[in-house]
Amino acid sequence: MSPLRRFLRRPEAAAGAIILGVLFAMALFASLLFPGDPQAIAGPALLPPFQDWSLPLGTDRLGRDVLAELFHGARTSLAVGLGAAAAALFIGAVVGTLAGFAGDLVDEVLMRITDAFQTVPSFLLALAFVSVVGPSLGVVVAAIALGAWTGPARVARAEVLSIRERDYVAGARVIGMHPLAIAFREVLPNALPPVLALSSVIVAAAILTEAALSFLGLGDPNRVTWGGMIAEGRTVLRTAPFLSIIPGIALVLTVLGIYLAGEGVVETTAVRRSLS
Amino acid sequence: MTALAEIRDLSVRFISDGSKVAALKGISLDVVAGECLAIIGESGSGKSTLALAIAGLLPGSAKIEGSIDWFQGTTGEASAKAPPSALPGISPSRGEIELSSPPSPITGIVERAPAARLPISSLEGEMSGRTEGGVTERQPSTIGASRIPLPGRDIGFVFQDPSASLDPVMTIGKQIAEVAHTHLDLDWPQAYAKAKHLLQRVRLPYPGSAMRAFPHQLSGGQKQRVAIAAAIAAGPKLLIADEATSALDTIVQAEIVALIRQLVAEDGMTLLFISHDIALAAELAERIAVIRHGELVEIGMTAEIVTAPRHPYTRTLLEAHLGLDASPLLRRTPA
Amino acid sequence: MTLLAVSDLTKRYRRGGKTIAAVDGVSFAIESGETLALAGPSGSGKSTIARLVLRLVEPDAGTVQFDGDDFLALKGAALRARRARLQMVFQDPLAAFNPRATVARVLDDPLRIHAIASGAERPASIAALLERVGLTADLAPRAIHEISGGQRQRVAIARAIATNPSLIVLDEAVSALDVSVRGQILELLLDLQARERIAYLFISHDLGVVRAIAHRVVLLDAGRIAESGDARAVIDAPQSAIGKALVAAAPRLNSTRP
Repeated sequence: MSPLRRFLRRPEAAAGAIILGVLFAMALFASLLFPGDPQAIAGPALLPPFQDWSLPLGTDRLGRDVLAELFHGARTSLAVGLGAAAAALFIGAVVGTLAGFAGDLVDEVLMRITDAFQTVPSFLLALAFVSVVGPSLGVVVAAIALGAWTGPARVARAEVLSIRERDYVAGARVIGMHPLAIAFREVLPNALPPVLALSSVIVAAAILTEAALSFLGLGDPNRVTWGGMIAEGRTVLRTAPFLSIIPGIALVLTVLGIYLAGEGVVETTAVRRSLS
Repeated sequence: MTALAEIRDLSVRFISDGSKVAALKGISLDVVAGECLAIIGESGSGKSTLALAIAGLLPGSAKIEGSIDWFQGTTGEASAKAPPSALPGISPSRGEIELSSPPSPITGIVERAPAARLPISSLEGEMSGRTEGGVTERQPSTIGASRIPLPGRDIGFVFQDPSASLDPVMTIGKQIAEVAHTHLDLDWPQAYAKAKHLLQRVRLPYPGSAMRAFPHQLSGGQKQRVAIAAAIAAGPKLLIADEATSALDTIVQAEIVALIRQLVAEDGMTLLFISHDIALAAELAERIAVIRHGELVEIGMTAEIVTAPRHPYTRTLLEAHLGLDASPLLRRTPA
Repeated sequence: MTLLAVSDLTKRYRRGGKTIAAVDGVSFAIESGETLALAGPSGSGKSTIARLVLRLVEPDAGTVQFDGDDFLALKGAALRARRARLQMVFQDPLAAFNPRATVARVLDDPLRIHAIASGAERPASIAALLERVGLTADLAPRAIHEISGGQRQRVAIARAIATNPSLIVLDEAVSALDVSVRGQILELLLDLQARERIAYLFISHDLGVVRAIAHRVVLLDAGRIAESGDARAVIDAPQSAIGKALVAAAPRLNSTRP
């Protein structure tokens, strides 16, 4: 049976995949379905949902189309989530591999740096970084990655420490392979699976952190974000709760979908490993 | 010769990633009560699968066909007691019998009905597979909830790698005592006393302090002694040693083989010795069965197999053995 | 010509505050084209010696002369270059290769690292290597975990001879193999030795195999040399206690007990 079919046979994994699929479709087709600036005024202010079918989810305080904002917000959320997770996993894998493989002083220095990053709450770190450098998409991605790479680094290091004692690493040394080639060609690829298993957690956390930053007004001001939408709706929470609830539901479903799909991937690969 | 177990047309298939892999193909053999039977084969021959099948330890995903019938009485002697229990502790009155486990087509205890039989007690009446009137008739039971020999209590199993079969965070004493506590209805102090006695029997140095030791503090050979102590703790009738000495060096291997031989003789156990090493098997076993590609190639008395093998594969195995008297492969060209 | 000369090799480990000498003042020499066996029970230090000689572990004391040079003095690129001459085959060929590797990649590494064949020539060189160890070139694209144990050990030997070494350390290289395959691998090793005058440092706990393949044997016990000499002479009439114990423990086919 193909891994894909085995993955889709798990109901929770399939549900996660469907949610993620919808999310990706929203992000991909946002500018096709809602061309133009989603932040432009599209109708009367504070139109409730399901009243006017040209604006199905209504409008916000400034008369912007909520559905268009939701679609364009999916883009930001996905971009930040995937970008930050990729950056965090990359930094973490490289730092962890170097620390674990080199050992001694290099290990000591790299791990103390990791400790330093881990002692600061990652959200405060992101907050401080964005406040100093200024809010833009790239900066937000970097700020979130800055707080998220330590987990992958520790997992990668632990994995590398066990792999570097294996015979095939000794074998690579015996044929005269350069230590860096051994670390990144022989050891790292085999250390990756448990590190990648962290990715769903990191993507989900990154999306939430981005939403929180936007809620506090530290998101990219030129982009629609779900966090920003919730913040916008906060001021009219009593009269128009849907303005906060709709992006809130989108956020919850997204995080749930990522967790379910991630869990499905981990379990599918675990089954395959136990069979072989 | 009294059969302890009769294996008939035993086939085992595993399903891996959609495709079926046959591990055993139509194996038929008897395990004779009290004998040392060696099962010889190379890697992938199915010898470990056979050991696991006999012990009832195959995973649920294995597709099993054929039958393994157990005969718990040895002629004449078991008739005096009711219920007769040559396999100790298999009595339905204890309420631990396979009521909860799924009925398996391959396992079931059948009693050899002795010639002079006591009236069947109500207790015994609960047992399925009992022959009602037959004098020497055996009626293999292949259906229903029969009394299946329980791994750990009726069958002791020693695996190749003792560090994998011992719990790394439990003391040696507790691991052995647990077996005695679970299967022999001993209270904990009695079980610990039994464990200490077993450590003496397997000749572990300083059994008193070893009781409190953890597996990682012992050498490979000592760990295997502990594993053997745990395997025989419940007084099993059948001891299965699956490559139990393969991970050990020659000297320790010889010690462990000597220990197994002694324990089997003292307790009157039946031994199933699974090995890839035909010479080692020949030193220990009375009969040798040779398995290849899941099929039984040849079975016979050790002396016959070693001196007059019938099957060419057995001959190949014998010729490939490099003993200390074999002619060297090295052609002495001056270096 | 003396190819490898080891003298007073010592390696200590600290375990629980105590210092244990895994290898304690061991000296031996190997001539080119010769097989020297290191035999002994587990814990006798034979595998540690293999790793010391290959500098996978650094010794605490002693010298290793290889090809007339001080092998322990080599560092970095010079050491990596010299490794071409001194190769190793491990006990478990599955553990000795990257689990993701293919046969071709495993053989490509030494050819590339030591610039033995250019990129264009390498597929042909890999095919030639496979043929030298009795395999066919169509095995090259297969994954290491797909081929049989015997084929895997042949690939390991092919990798070891790819750089035309003068010495190969065989660490229990036939112990994990089925007996029928073991004979073929031993034959292959003897053939290679006869054709290419490769010396072997053959590490084994099995005296039967040692007697079949080695010219000389060194028996080790607790990190020290107990006895050494002509392999058949030593094994047929051991003088040391450990030698006698090893011989007595070897299973014999024709001493069947009742």
